[in-house]
Amino acid sequence: MSGVLVVAESRQGALREVSRELIGAALGVKDEADGRVAVAVIGAGGGEHAAVLGAPGVDEVLTVEDAPEHFEAHVHGAALEALIEQEQPSVVLLGHTIDSLGFGPAVAARLELGFASDVTGLDWDGGPVATRGGYGGKVQVELDFPGKETVLLMLRAGAFEAPAENASVPARAVQVSAEPQTEHLGFREVEAGDVDITKAEFLLSVGRGIEDKDALPQFEELAESMGATLSVSRPLVDAGWVSNARQVGQSGKTVKPRVYLALGISGAVQHLAGMQNADTIIAVNTDPEAPIFRVAHYGAVVDLFDVADELAEQFPG
Amino acid sequence: MKIVVPVKEVAVLDEEFDLLEDRPGVDPDAIEWELNEWDDFSVEAALQLREAQGDGEVVVVSVGDEEAEEGLRACLAKGADRALRVWDDSLEGADPLAVARVLAAVVERESPDLVLCGVQSSDAVQGATGVALAAHLGLPRVAVVKALDYDGGSGSATVERELEGGLTEMLRVRLPALLTIQTGINEPRYANLRAIKQAKEKPLEVLGPADVGLDDTALAAAAGSRTRSMAPPETGGGAEMLGGSASDVAGRIADIVKERMAG
Repeated sequence: MSGVLVVAESRQGALREVSRELIGAALGVKDEADGRVAVAVIGAGGGEHAAVLGAPGVDEVLTVEDAPEHFEAHVHGAALEALIEQEQPSVVLLGHTIDSLGFGPAVAARLELGFASDVTGLDWDGGPVATRGGYGGKVQVELDFPGKETVLLMLRAGAFEAPAENASVPARAVQVSAEPQTEHLGFREVEAGDVDITKAEFLLSVGRGIEDKDALPQFEELAESMGATLSVSRPLVDAGWVSNARQVGQSGKTVKPRVYLALGISGAVQHLAGMQNADTIIAVNTDPEAPIFRVAHYGAVVDLFDVADELAEQFPG
Repeated sequence: MKIVVPVKEVAVLDEEFDLLEDRPGVDPDAIEWELNEWDDFSVEAALQLREAQGDGEVVVVSVGDEEAEEGLRACLAKGADRALRVWDDSLEGADPLAVARVLAAVVERESPDLVLCGVQSSDAVQGATGVALAAHLGLPRVAVVKALDYDGGSGSATVERELEGGLTEMLRVRLPALLTIQTGINEPRYANLRAIKQAKEKPLEVLGPADVGLDDTALAAAAGSRTRSMAPPETGGGAEMLGGSASDVAGRIADIVKERMAG
């Protein structure tokens, strides 16, 4: 076993950004893995992406075109198993994405591979060493994979650098036969609603900390008087209090406002993924260990309602 | 119809906690245990399906020590019919692939029409157990399901898969199947006191891996990783903390906002 096999990801005809980040991570351990870096694109039309996936150090792009137009977890899984059989890689890299969640763990389980998901760091010490969060992100865990000839890792989007340069790389078509077990019926975009939080320059974002639906109007008013747009974290949408048009995070919108003021948001990974690139992040939370303080520029450990009342006086509207 | 729902007690750390010195881990004194948030939704989905069908059985399964029984009893109080707990001290710290292997051996004996798992657990956040379990069981699976329309008559279910950025995919999956359930799919119920009392009388069977035909070799082969070290998270730059009263904090926030928005 040697080398790295990267599985690129595309959706609705477009290559997803994480794909090149995976290539960057693969190139980082290429010498230690003692072999080639091959990038696989599974899905009809994948050949079109081959050109974009090349980078200095990538040896080959493998295309598996005999697959449904849209992602199908079982076909992806069978194709990956066949590719692993053929390429015998020591490391397989997938994005920690919704699509990969549907087949990565299945392949690892069936082939009894080494496995870790939501990986944020990749090192080498006789074999791959993966870093990820533990206890809901409150500790950092290093995992190794003794006795495993192949290790499948799902890497967090945004955690690894994509290679700066492109390069032309030979592409090879691979035939895989696999039966889909689900049938695609269609896609649906989020309802647009009356607001586009991705365009807002100042977001006042509230989360689980507000505790009660009845508290919402207070923050709607505060947002208005501060000149901000109100956004929320996932639990408020799950509870049905707020439309998902206002949701920030992996399953909501990715925002990059000039100011992101987060009240009562602890900062689950999925939320951070949607706002960590804001120019200035201010977080108020009663838990001093809340993960949001790690990405915030300014933080305060105080009751959010007390701060909201005081802010309402500072911004009479 | 029979629905199996694997559930898990998750670790919630106190604000202050110590790391163990002799091995990678957290001092157990600083850990509270509670039922995984995602599992509230998968259990609710199972109960609603059973109620809609008019009959059937909901079986909750957990791989865990005695601590896990509290979570299982909570599921029984909400309406699950019976519970299974599998444990052996060798499973301490088991990774999701090892847990999936154990679950597979138990779930196989139940021959369910449907298996519903939470998408992920709030402590380990691997998102892997359910889909790995489906692979062992040879069941079709859909991960991150936020709407479910079960049609036993047609032998299929129509589901919605929640993708990134607010996109949803609608798809049909043949049954039996395993679905991993996303938060927000329903409104989990609370158990009343009477149901909590009655849950104590419901069957809760305790098994060891050997009872379901698993030996140490099989478990070791299934395990996906070993924890090598544990450390406090990298703080990165870290936030500049604003001290003082709420009024002081609000004053500083107002200044920062005005300055940043003026440019």
